[in-house]
Amino acid sequence: MTPPSREPHPDSRPNPRPEVVAGAATGASAGAGAPGDERRPWRRRHLLDVASLSREEIEFLFETARSFREVSTRSVKKVPALRGRVVVNLFYEPSTRTRISFTLAAQRLSADVVDFNGETSSVKKGETLLDTARNIIAMGVDTVVLRHPAPGAPQFLSERVQACVINAGDGAHAHPTQGLLDLFTVIDKLGSVENKRIAIVGDIRHSRVARSDMWAFLRFGAKVVLVGPPTLVPSSLRDIGVDVSYSLDEVLPEVDVLCLLRIQSERQEQGLFPSLEEYSRLFGLNSERMRRARPDVLVLHPGPINRGIEITPEVADGPRSAILEQVTNGLAVRMAALYLTAGGDA
Amino acid sequence: MSDTIIFNAAETSRLLDKFFHELAARVRGGDAARHAGGEGPWGIVGIHRRGDLLAERLQHRIRDEGGPALPSGVLDITLYRDDFTPARPQPTVRPSQIEFDIDGANVLLVDDVFFTGRTIRAALTQLADFGRPRRVVLGVFIDRKMRELPIHPDHVGVVVERPRNERVQLRLAELDGRDEVVAIREDGGR
Repeated sequence: MTPPSREPHPDSRPNPRPEVVAGAATGASAGAGAPGDERRPWRRRHLLDVASLSREEIEFLFETARSFREVSTRSVKKVPALRGRVVVNLFYEPSTRTRISFTLAAQRLSADVVDFNGETSSVKKGETLLDTARNIIAMGVDTVVLRHPAPGAPQFLSERVQACVINAGDGAHAHPTQGLLDLFTVIDKLGSVENKRIAIVGDIRHSRVARSDMWAFLRFGAKVVLVGPPTLVPSSLRDIGVDVSYSLDEVLPEVDVLCLLRIQSERQEQGLFPSLEEYSRLFGLNSERMRRARPDVLVLHPGPINRGIEITPEVADGPRSAILEQVTNGLAVRMAALYLTAGGDA
Repeated sequence: MSDTIIFNAAETSRLLDKFFHELAARVRGGDAARHAGGEGPWGIVGIHRRGDLLAERLQHRIRDEGGPALPSGVLDITLYRDDFTPARPQPTVRPSQIEFDIDGANVLLVDDVFFTGRTIRAALTQLADFGRPRRVVLGVFIDRKMRELPIHPDHVGVVVERPRNERVQLRLAELDGRDEVVAIREDGGR
Protein backbone atom coordinates (compact mmCIF):
# COMPACT_ATOMS: atom_id res chain seq x y z
CA MET A 1 0.00 0.00 0.00
CA THR A 2 2.98 2.27 0.01
CA PRO A 3 2.81 4.11 -3.29
CA PRO A 4 5.77 3.50 -5.57
CA SER A 5 8.46 6.00 -4.79
CA ARG A 6 8.84 8.49 -7.56
CA GLU A 7 11.49 10.97 -8.52
CA PRO A 8 10.99 14.41 -7.08
CA HIS A 9 9.08 16.57 -9.53
CA PRO A 10 11.63 17.93 -12.00
CA ASP A 11 9.54 21.01 -12.59
CA SER A 12 9.21 21.73 -8.93
CA ARG A 13 10.35 25.23 -8.47
CA PRO A 14 10.58 25.64 -4.77
CA ASN A 15 10.39 29.38 -4.85
CA PRO A 16 12.18 31.46 -2.34
CA ARG A 17 9.23 32.70 -0.41
CA PRO A 18 9.27 36.38 0.18
CA GLU A 19 5.98 36.33 2.03
CA VAL A 20 6.38 36.20 5.76
CA VAL A 21 4.88 33.24 7.54
CA ALA A 22 1.99 34.64 9.52
CA GLY A 23 2.63 34.64 13.21
CA ALA A 24 5.92 32.76 12.93
CA ALA A 25 8.12 35.44 14.37
CA THR A 26 10.18 32.90 16.24
CA GLY A 27 13.17 33.69 14.06
CA ALA A 28 14.55 30.21 14.10
CA SER A 29 12.05 28.78 11.65
CA ALA A 30 11.29 31.88 9.60
CA GLY A 31 13.89 32.42 6.93
CA ALA A 32 16.09 29.58 8.12
CA GLY A 33 17.09 26.77 5.81
CA ALA A 34 18.08 26.82 2.18
CA PRO A 35 16.12 29.10 -0.15
CA GLY A 36 14.75 26.00 -1.82
CA ASP A 37 12.96 24.85 1.34
CA GLU A 38 9.21 24.82 1.19
CA ARG A 39 7.31 26.19 4.08
CA ARG A 40 5.87 23.19 5.78
CA PRO A 41 4.07 23.80 9.03
CA TRP A 42 1.96 20.63 8.79
CA ARG A 43 3.70 17.30 9.43
CA ARG A 44 1.00 15.21 11.10
CA ARG A 45 -0.35 11.98 9.67
CA HIS A 46 -3.28 11.98 12.06
CA LEU A 47 -5.85 14.53 13.14
CA LEU A 48 -6.94 13.41 16.59
CA ASP A 49 -8.01 16.57 18.41
CA VAL A 50 -7.76 20.34 18.33
CA ALA A 51 -6.04 20.79 21.68
CA SER A 52 -2.67 19.56 20.42
CA LEU A 53 -2.63 21.69 17.24
CA SER A 54 -0.51 24.82 17.14
CA ARG A 55 -1.85 28.08 15.81
CA GLU A 56 0.50 27.86 12.86
CA GLU A 57 -0.76 24.38 11.96
CA ILE A 58 -4.36 25.55 12.08
CA GLU A 59 -3.56 28.62 9.98
CA PHE A 60 -1.88 26.45 7.35
CA LEU A 61 -4.86 24.09 7.30
CA PHE A 62 -7.19 27.08 6.83
CA GLU A 63 -5.05 28.46 4.03
CA THR A 64 -5.34 25.09 2.30
CA ALA A 65 -9.09 24.96 3.00
CA ARG A 66 -9.62 28.37 1.38
CA SER A 67 -8.03 27.05 -1.78
CA PHE A 68 -10.20 23.96 -1.66
CA ARG A 69 -13.30 26.12 -1.36
CA GLU A 70 -12.51 27.35 -4.85
CA VAL A 71 -12.58 23.77 -6.19
CA SER A 72 -16.20 23.43 -5.06
CA THR A 73 -17.18 26.40 -7.25
CA ARG A 74 -15.93 24.80 -10.48
CA SER A 75 -18.07 22.97 -12.97
CA VAL A 76 -15.91 19.90 -12.40
CA LYS A 77 -15.76 19.83 -8.61
CA LYS A 78 -12.83 17.51 -8.41
CA VAL A 79 -9.04 17.59 -8.40
CA PRO A 80 -6.73 14.59 -8.81
CA ALA A 81 -4.68 15.26 -5.66
CA LEU A 82 -5.46 11.98 -3.85
CA ARG A 83 -6.11 9.80 -6.86
CA GLY A 84 -5.44 6.15 -6.11
CA ARG A 85 -5.76 6.57 -2.36
CA VAL A 86 -8.50 4.87 -0.38
CA VAL A 87 -10.42 6.45 2.49
CA VAL A 88 -12.67 4.41 4.76
CA ASN A 89 -15.40 5.95 6.89
CA LEU A 90 -15.38 3.72 9.95
CA PHE A 91 -18.41 4.86 11.91
CA TYR A 92 -19.47 3.19 15.16
CA GLU A 93 -22.12 5.82 15.86
CA PRO A 94 -24.90 7.07 13.63
CA SER A 95 -24.03 10.09 11.54
CA THR A 96 -25.34 11.41 8.31
CA ARG A 97 -23.86 14.82 7.69
CA THR A 98 -20.34 14.24 8.98
CA ARG A 99 -20.09 11.04 6.97
CA ILE A 100 -21.46 12.67 3.82
CA SER A 101 -19.16 15.64 4.29
CA PHE A 102 -16.10 13.37 4.59
CA THR A 103 -17.27 11.30 1.64
CA LEU A 104 -17.68 14.34 -0.59
CA ALA A 105 -14.39 15.79 0.62
CA ALA A 106 -12.54 12.59 -0.27
CA GLN A 107 -14.32 12.32 -3.62
CA ARG A 108 -13.44 15.91 -4.56
CA LEU A 109 -9.80 14.93 -4.05
CA SER A 110 -10.37 11.88 -6.31
CA ALA A 111 -9.83 9.35 -3.50
CA ASP A 112 -11.92 6.19 -3.41
CA VAL A 113 -14.27 5.99 -0.45
CA VAL A 114 -15.63 2.98 1.41
CA ASP A 115 -18.27 3.22 4.12
CA PHE A 116 -18.10 0.86 7.03
CA ASN A 117 -21.02 1.01 9.37
CA GLY A 118 -19.99 -0.39 12.74
CA GLU A 119 -23.58 -0.64 13.88
CA THR A 120 -24.67 -3.19 11.33
CA SER A 121 -21.58 -5.24 10.64
CA SER A 122 -19.18 -7.78 12.03
CA VAL A 123 -18.91 -5.63 15.15
CA LYS A 124 -22.23 -7.16 16.08
CA LYS A 125 -20.45 -10.48 15.92
CA GLY A 126 -17.96 -9.33 18.52
CA GLU A 127 -15.01 -8.13 16.47
CA THR A 128 -12.80 -5.58 18.23
CA LEU A 129 -12.05 -2.15 16.82
CA LEU A 130 -8.43 -3.08 16.24
CA ASP A 131 -9.29 -6.31 14.42
CA THR A 132 -11.85 -4.53 12.27
CA ALA A 133 -9.40 -1.78 11.41
CA ARG A 134 -6.58 -4.22 10.65
CA ASN A 135 -8.84 -6.15 8.34
CA ILE A 136 -9.90 -3.03 6.51
CA ILE A 137 -6.35 -1.76 6.22
CA ALA A 138 -5.23 -5.13 4.87
CA MET A 139 -7.44 -4.27 1.91
CA GLY A 140 -5.20 -1.32 1.11
CA VAL A 141 -6.82 1.60 2.89
CA ASP A 142 -4.70 4.74 3.29
CA THR A 143 -6.87 6.86 5.58
CA VAL A 144 -9.35 5.89 8.28
CA VAL A 145 -12.00 8.39 9.29
CA LEU A 146 -13.17 7.08 12.66
CA ARG A 147 -16.20 7.88 14.75
CA HIS A 148 -16.41 5.91 17.96
CA PRO A 149 -18.22 6.23 21.30
CA ALA A 150 -15.01 5.65 23.29
CA PRO A 151 -12.86 8.73 23.94
CA GLY A 152 -9.33 8.06 22.71
CA ALA A 153 -10.31 5.37 20.18
CA PRO A 154 -8.73 7.30 17.25
CA GLN A 155 -5.49 7.75 19.16
CA PHE A 156 -5.46 4.06 20.07
CA LEU A 157 -5.88 3.17 16.43
CA SER A 158 -3.30 5.67 15.17
CA GLU A 159 -0.64 4.04 17.34
CA ARG A 160 -1.35 0.58 15.94
CA VAL A 161 -2.07 0.86 12.23
CA GLN A 162 -0.16 2.20 9.24
CA ALA A 163 -2.99 4.35 7.88
CA CYS A 164 -3.64 8.03 8.55
CA VAL A 165 -6.37 8.43 11.17
CA ILE A 166 -8.84 11.31 11.29
CA ASN A 167 -11.08 11.59 14.32
CA ALA A 168 -14.67 12.22 13.30
CA GLY A 169 -15.86 12.26 16.91
CA ASP A 170 -14.84 10.12 19.89
CA GLY A 171 -17.23 10.08 22.83
CA ALA A 172 -17.26 13.42 24.63
CA HIS A 173 -13.57 13.97 23.86
CA ALA A 174 -13.11 15.69 20.51
CA HIS A 175 -14.56 16.36 17.09
CA PRO A 176 -11.65 18.23 15.56
CA THR A 177 -12.99 18.90 12.08
CA GLN A 178 -16.14 20.43 13.62
CA GLY A 179 -14.12 22.65 15.96
CA LEU A 180 -11.90 23.73 13.09
CA LEU A 181 -14.77 24.47 10.71
CA ASP A 182 -16.51 26.52 13.40
CA LEU A 183 -13.36 28.60 13.95
CA PHE A 184 -12.87 28.86 10.18
CA THR A 185 -16.45 30.12 9.76
CA VAL A 186 -16.14 32.72 12.52
CA ILE A 187 -12.80 34.02 11.18
CA ASP A 188 -14.31 34.12 7.71
CA LYS A 189 -17.25 36.23 8.94
CA LEU A 190 -15.54 38.42 11.55
CA GLY A 191 -12.00 38.62 10.20
CA SER A 192 -10.52 37.46 13.50
CA VAL A 193 -11.58 36.02 16.85
CA GLU A 194 -8.93 37.83 18.88
CA ASN A 195 -10.61 39.14 22.05
CA LYS A 196 -14.05 38.29 20.70
CA ARG A 197 -16.49 36.89 23.24
CA ILE A 198 -17.81 33.52 22.18
CA ALA A 199 -20.55 31.65 24.07
CA ILE A 200 -20.94 27.91 23.67
CA VAL A 201 -24.45 27.09 24.80
CA GLY A 202 -26.03 23.78 25.74
CA ASP A 203 -24.99 20.37 26.94
CA ILE A 204 -21.31 21.05 27.45
CA ARG A 205 -20.78 17.96 29.58
CA HIS A 206 -21.54 15.44 26.86
CA SER A 207 -20.35 17.51 23.91
CA ARG A 208 -17.19 16.79 21.98
CA VAL A 209 -18.10 19.70 19.73
CA ALA A 210 -17.98 22.05 22.73
CA ARG A 211 -14.52 20.80 23.66
CA SER A 212 -13.07 21.11 20.17
CA ASP A 213 -14.69 24.53 19.69
CA MET A 214 -13.34 25.72 23.01
CA TRP A 215 -9.76 24.74 22.19
CA ALA A 216 -9.96 26.20 18.70
CA PHE A 217 -11.30 29.57 19.86
CA LEU A 218 -8.90 29.77 22.81
CA ARG A 219 -5.92 29.07 20.56
CA PHE A 220 -6.82 32.13 18.50
CA GLY A 221 -7.25 34.47 21.43
CA ALA A 222 -11.02 34.48 21.91
CA LYS A 223 -12.74 34.78 25.26
CA VAL A 224 -14.91 31.71 25.68
CA VAL A 225 -17.89 31.38 28.01
CA LEU A 226 -19.67 28.06 28.46
CA VAL A 227 -23.40 28.41 29.08
CA GLY A 228 -25.99 25.85 30.19
CA PRO A 229 -27.77 24.33 33.18
CA PRO A 230 -25.38 23.52 36.08
CA THR A 231 -25.98 19.80 35.54
CA LEU A 232 -24.62 20.07 31.99
CA VAL A 233 -21.72 22.50 32.45
CA PRO A 234 -18.75 21.11 34.41
CA SER A 235 -17.36 24.05 36.36
CA SER A 236 -13.94 22.35 36.37
CA LEU A 237 -13.50 23.59 32.80
CA ARG A 238 -12.75 27.00 34.33
CA ASP A 239 -9.27 25.61 34.97
CA ILE A 240 -8.38 25.78 31.30
CA GLY A 241 -9.23 29.44 30.99
CA VAL A 242 -12.89 29.67 30.06
CA ASP A 243 -15.77 31.36 31.87
CA VAL A 244 -18.83 29.45 32.97
CA SER A 245 -22.33 30.87 33.20
CA TYR A 246 -25.67 29.29 34.01
CA SER A 247 -27.70 32.08 32.47
CA LEU A 248 -27.89 32.76 28.75
CA ASP A 249 -29.73 36.04 29.39
CA GLU A 250 -26.83 37.28 31.48
CA VAL A 251 -24.14 36.77 28.82
CA LEU A 252 -26.38 37.48 25.82
CA PRO A 253 -25.83 41.24 25.45
CA GLU A 254 -22.06 41.02 25.36
CA VAL A 255 -21.22 38.07 23.11
CA ASP A 256 -20.06 38.31 19.49
CA VAL A 257 -20.74 34.67 18.65
CA LEU A 258 -23.29 32.15 19.91
CA CYS A 259 -22.39 28.52 19.28
CA LEU A 260 -25.44 26.45 20.07
CA LEU A 261 -25.19 22.74 20.72
CA ARG A 262 -27.71 20.07 19.93
CA ILE A 263 -29.72 18.90 22.90
CA GLN A 264 -30.20 15.18 23.05
CA SER A 265 -33.53 14.23 24.52
CA GLU A 266 -32.15 11.15 26.25
CA ARG A 267 -30.37 13.52 28.67
CA GLN A 268 -33.77 14.51 29.93
CA GLU A 269 -34.55 10.91 30.73
CA GLN A 270 -31.32 10.81 32.74
CA GLY A 271 -32.70 13.66 34.85
CA LEU A 272 -30.05 16.18 33.89
CA PHE A 273 -32.68 18.80 33.18
CA PRO A 274 -36.39 18.85 33.96
CA SER A 275 -37.91 19.11 30.48
CA LEU A 276 -37.19 20.19 26.93
CA GLU A 277 -39.72 23.00 27.44
CA GLU A 278 -37.83 24.35 30.40
CA TYR A 279 -34.50 24.04 28.59
CA SER A 280 -35.96 25.88 25.65
CA ARG A 281 -37.34 28.64 27.89
CA LEU A 282 -33.98 29.21 29.60
CA PHE A 283 -31.44 28.46 26.85
CA GLY A 284 -33.33 28.41 23.56
CA LEU A 285 -32.42 31.12 21.07
CA ASN A 286 -35.52 32.93 19.81
CA SER A 287 -36.35 36.27 18.20
CA GLU A 288 -36.97 37.91 21.54
CA ARG A 289 -33.47 36.96 22.76
CA MET A 290 -31.97 38.03 19.44
CA ARG A 291 -33.33 41.53 20.09
CA ARG A 292 -31.31 41.67 23.28
CA ALA A 293 -28.17 40.33 21.63
CA ARG A 294 -25.68 42.48 19.74
CA PRO A 295 -27.12 43.35 16.35
CA ASP A 296 -24.11 41.78 14.60
CA VAL A 297 -24.05 38.58 16.69
CA LEU A 298 -23.17 35.45 14.72
CA VAL A 299 -25.15 32.24 15.35
CA LEU A 300 -23.61 28.81 14.80
CA HIS A 301 -25.03 25.33 15.23
CA PRO A 302 -23.32 22.06 14.27
CA GLY A 303 -26.62 20.47 13.19
CA PRO A 304 -28.87 18.69 13.03
CA ILE A 305 -31.07 21.40 14.55
CA ASN A 306 -33.91 20.69 16.93
CA ARG A 307 -36.13 23.48 15.68
CA GLY A 308 -38.00 25.00 18.58
CA ILE A 309 -35.74 23.57 21.28
CA GLU A 310 -32.26 25.12 21.16
CA ILE A 311 -33.14 27.50 18.34
CA THR A 312 -36.37 28.75 16.75
CA PRO A 313 -36.85 28.55 12.97
CA GLU A 314 -36.81 32.38 12.57
CA VAL A 315 -33.34 32.54 14.11
CA ALA A 316 -31.99 29.42 12.38
CA ASP A 317 -33.05 30.76 9.00
CA GLY A 318 -32.43 34.41 9.89
CA PRO A 319 -29.75 36.82 8.72
CA ARG A 320 -27.38 36.25 11.67
CA SER A 321 -27.27 32.48 11.18
CA ALA A 322 -24.13 30.99 9.63
CA ILE A 323 -25.42 27.43 9.85
CA LEU A 324 -25.32 26.66 6.13
CA GLU A 325 -21.93 28.35 5.71
CA GLN A 326 -20.66 25.96 8.39
CA VAL A 327 -21.72 23.07 6.17
CA THR A 328 -19.98 24.49 3.10
CA ASN A 329 -16.84 25.36 5.05
CA GLY A 330 -16.90 21.92 6.67
CA LEU A 331 -16.37 20.33 3.30
CA ALA A 332 -13.34 22.53 2.57
CA VAL A 333 -11.85 21.96 6.03
CA ARG A 334 -12.26 18.18 5.66
CA MET A 335 -10.64 18.26 2.23
CA ALA A 336 -7.70 20.09 3.77
CA ALA A 337 -7.49 17.57 6.63
CA LEU A 338 -7.52 14.58 4.26
CA TYR A 339 -4.98 16.22 1.95
CA LEU A 340 -2.53 17.41 4.58
CA THR A 341 -2.52 14.23 6.68
CA ALA A 342 -1.91 12.20 3.50
CA GLY A 343 1.32 14.16 3.09
CA GLY A 344 2.33 13.93 6.75
CA ASP A 345 5.54 12.37 8.06
CA ALA A 346 5.52 8.61 8.20
CA MET B 1 24.64 26.27 -3.84
CA SER B 2 25.72 29.06 -6.17
CA ASP B 3 23.83 31.36 -8.51
CA THR B 4 25.10 32.17 -11.98
CA ILE B 5 23.52 35.10 -13.74
CA ILE B 6 22.64 34.08 -17.27
CA PHE B 7 20.90 37.29 -18.30
CA ASN B 8 21.16 40.49 -16.32
CA ALA B 9 18.33 42.97 -15.88
CA ALA B 10 18.89 44.79 -19.20
CA GLU B 11 19.17 41.58 -21.21
CA THR B 12 16.16 40.03 -19.48
CA SER B 13 14.11 43.13 -20.13
CA ARG B 14 15.01 43.10 -23.85
CA LEU B 15 14.16 39.39 -24.14
CA LEU B 16 10.88 39.83 -22.28
CA ASP B 17 10.02 42.72 -24.56
CA LYS B 18 10.54 40.57 -27.64
CA PHE B 19 8.61 37.68 -26.07
CA PHE B 20 5.63 39.89 -25.21
CA HIS B 21 5.71 41.43 -28.67
CA GLU B 22 5.39 38.00 -30.24
CA LEU B 23 2.60 36.91 -27.87
CA ALA B 24 0.69 40.17 -28.32
CA ALA B 25 0.85 39.72 -32.08
CA ARG B 26 -0.48 36.20 -31.66
CA VAL B 27 -3.54 37.13 -29.64
CA ARG B 28 -4.20 40.42 -31.45
CA GLY B 29 -3.89 38.67 -34.78
CA GLY B 30 -7.03 37.12 -33.42
CA ASP B 31 -8.91 40.36 -34.16
CA ALA B 32 -8.21 40.21 -37.88
CA ALA B 33 -8.89 36.52 -37.99
CA ARG B 34 -12.20 37.05 -36.19
CA HIS B 35 -13.28 39.52 -38.86
CA ALA B 36 -12.46 36.89 -41.40
CA GLY B 37 -14.89 34.63 -39.55
CA GLY B 38 -12.07 32.77 -37.83
CA GLU B 39 -11.19 32.38 -34.19
CA GLY B 40 -13.20 33.29 -31.13
CA PRO B 41 -12.12 35.35 -28.13
CA TRP B 42 -8.74 35.03 -26.41
CA GLY B 43 -7.95 34.79 -22.73
CA ILE B 44 -4.56 34.66 -21.02
CA VAL B 45 -3.90 32.11 -18.30
CA GLY B 46 -0.70 32.18 -16.27
CA ILE B 47 0.69 29.37 -14.16
CA HIS B 48 1.44 30.25 -10.56
CA ARG B 49 4.00 31.44 -9.45
CA ARG B 50 5.70 33.47 -12.16
CA GLY B 51 3.67 32.56 -15.22
CA ASP B 52 0.79 34.55 -13.73
CA LEU B 53 3.02 37.60 -13.36
CA LEU B 54 4.09 37.30 -17.00
CA ALA B 55 0.43 36.99 -18.00
CA GLU B 56 -0.34 40.15 -16.05
CA ARG B 57 2.46 42.09 -17.73
CA LEU B 58 1.34 40.90 -21.14
CA GLN B 59 -2.22 41.95 -20.41
CA HIS B 60 -1.07 45.48 -19.47
CA ARG B 61 1.12 45.74 -22.49
CA ILE B 62 -1.67 44.83 -24.88
CA ARG B 63 -3.92 47.39 -23.25
CA ASP B 64 -1.18 50.07 -23.29
CA GLU B 65 -0.80 49.52 -27.00
CA GLY B 66 -4.49 50.22 -27.46
CA GLY B 67 -5.46 46.58 -27.72
CA PRO B 68 -8.41 44.87 -26.08
CA ALA B 69 -8.53 44.17 -22.34
CA LEU B 70 -8.19 40.41 -22.48
CA PRO B 71 -9.62 38.36 -19.64
CA SER B 72 -7.16 36.39 -17.56
CA GLY B 73 -6.77 33.55 -15.14
CA VAL B 74 -4.32 31.89 -12.78
CA LEU B 75 -3.72 28.18 -12.40
CA ASP B 76 -2.14 26.62 -9.35
CA ILE B 77 -1.23 23.12 -10.45
CA THR B 78 -0.29 21.77 -7.00
CA LEU B 79 -3.28 19.43 -6.85
CA TYR B 80 -2.62 18.13 -10.36
CA ARG B 81 1.01 17.17 -9.93
CA ASP B 82 1.97 13.61 -10.72
CA ASP B 83 4.39 13.27 -7.82
CA PHE B 84 2.27 13.50 -4.67
CA THR B 85 3.51 10.92 -2.22
CA PRO B 86 3.11 10.71 1.52
CA ALA B 87 6.86 11.22 1.83
CA ARG B 88 6.82 14.51 -0.04
CA PRO B 89 6.13 17.82 1.60
CA GLN B 90 2.91 19.40 0.45
CA PRO B 91 3.36 22.80 -1.08
CA THR B 92 0.88 25.46 -0.17
CA VAL B 93 -2.25 25.07 -2.25
CA ARG B 94 -3.55 28.30 -3.73
CA PRO B 95 -6.84 28.88 -5.44
CA SER B 96 -7.00 28.76 -9.22
CA GLN B 97 -9.13 31.46 -10.74
CA ILE B 98 -10.22 31.86 -14.30
CA GLU B 99 -12.36 34.92 -14.77
CA PHE B 100 -13.74 33.99 -18.18
CA ASP B 101 -15.72 31.12 -19.61
CA ILE B 102 -13.12 28.93 -21.22
CA ASP B 103 -15.64 26.86 -23.18
CA GLY B 104 -14.91 27.70 -26.80
CA ALA B 105 -12.28 30.31 -25.91
CA ASN B 106 -8.74 30.53 -27.24
CA VAL B 107 -6.40 30.23 -24.30
CA LEU B 108 -2.87 31.55 -24.27
CA LEU B 109 -1.17 29.57 -21.51
CA VAL B 110 1.91 31.33 -20.13
CA ASP B 111 4.70 30.01 -17.93
CA ASP B 112 8.19 31.15 -17.03
CA VAL B 113 10.35 28.06 -17.50
CA PHE B 114 9.63 25.00 -19.65
CA PHE B 115 11.65 22.04 -18.44
CA THR B 116 10.21 18.52 -18.63
CA GLY B 117 6.66 19.44 -19.65
CA ARG B 118 5.07 18.01 -16.52
CA THR B 119 3.83 21.35 -15.25
CA ILE B 120 2.12 21.96 -18.57
CA ARG B 121 0.66 18.45 -18.56
CA ALA B 122 -0.85 19.22 -15.14
CA ALA B 123 -2.07 22.64 -16.31
CA LEU B 124 -3.79 21.14 -19.36
CA THR B 125 -5.55 18.58 -17.17
CA GLN B 126 -6.70 21.33 -14.86
CA LEU B 127 -7.90 23.53 -17.74
CA ALA B 128 -10.03 20.62 -18.92
CA ASP B 129 -11.74 20.64 -15.52
CA PHE B 130 -12.75 24.25 -16.06
CA GLY B 131 -14.18 23.64 -19.51
CA ARG B 132 -13.32 22.91 -23.11
CA PRO B 133 -11.22 25.60 -24.72
CA ARG B 134 -11.33 25.86 -28.50
CA ARG B 135 -7.56 25.84 -28.58
CA VAL B 136 -4.66 26.24 -26.18
CA VAL B 137 -1.46 27.95 -27.25
CA LEU B 138 1.59 27.68 -25.03
CA GLY B 139 4.06 30.53 -24.51
CA VAL B 140 7.08 29.99 -22.27
CA PHE B 141 9.77 32.53 -21.63
CA ILE B 142 12.61 30.04 -21.13
CA ASP B 143 12.80 26.69 -22.92
CA ARG B 144 15.37 24.35 -21.37
CA LYS B 145 14.99 21.82 -24.17
CA MET B 146 14.66 18.86 -21.84
CA ARG B 147 11.31 17.31 -22.34
CA GLU B 148 9.98 14.13 -20.83
CA LEU B 149 6.57 14.33 -22.48
CA PRO B 150 5.38 15.04 -26.02
CA ILE B 151 4.48 18.64 -25.14
CA HIS B 152 6.08 21.56 -26.98
CA PRO B 153 5.76 25.30 -26.53
CA ASP B 154 4.35 27.33 -29.42
CA HIS B 155 6.19 30.50 -28.46
CA VAL B 156 9.54 30.67 -26.74
CA GLY B 157 11.28 33.78 -25.39
CA VAL B 158 14.75 32.29 -25.19
CA VAL B 159 16.40 28.87 -25.16
CA VAL B 160 18.67 28.18 -22.19
CA GLU B 161 20.57 24.91 -22.17
CA ARG B 162 22.08 24.10 -18.81
CA PRO B 163 22.96 20.83 -17.08
CA ARG B 164 20.14 18.93 -15.50
CA ASN B 165 21.32 19.46 -11.94
CA GLU B 166 20.94 23.20 -12.30
CA ARG B 167 17.71 25.03 -11.73
CA VAL B 168 17.06 27.84 -14.19
CA GLN B 169 14.97 30.58 -12.69
CA LEU B 170 13.37 33.69 -14.09
CA ARG B 171 13.31 36.35 -11.40
CA LEU B 172 10.75 39.10 -11.70
CA ALA B 173 10.76 42.51 -10.09
CA GLU B 174 7.28 42.06 -8.58
CA LEU B 175 8.44 39.07 -6.57
CA ASP B 176 12.21 39.13 -6.47
CA GLY B 177 13.13 42.83 -6.66
CA ARG B 178 14.52 42.77 -10.18
CA ASP B 179 14.25 41.00 -13.51
CA GLU B 180 17.00 38.50 -14.29
CA VAL B 181 17.63 34.92 -15.30
CA VAL B 182 19.84 32.78 -13.09
CA ALA B 183 21.07 29.21 -12.92
CA ILE B 184 21.20 27.70 -9.47
CA ARG B 185 23.40 24.67 -8.92
CA GLU B 186 21.63 22.31 -6.57
CA ASP B 187 24.42 20.62 -4.66
CA GLY B 188 23.93 17.17 -3.30
CA GLY B 189 20.81 16.76 -5.44
CA ARG B 190 18.22 16.96 -2.73
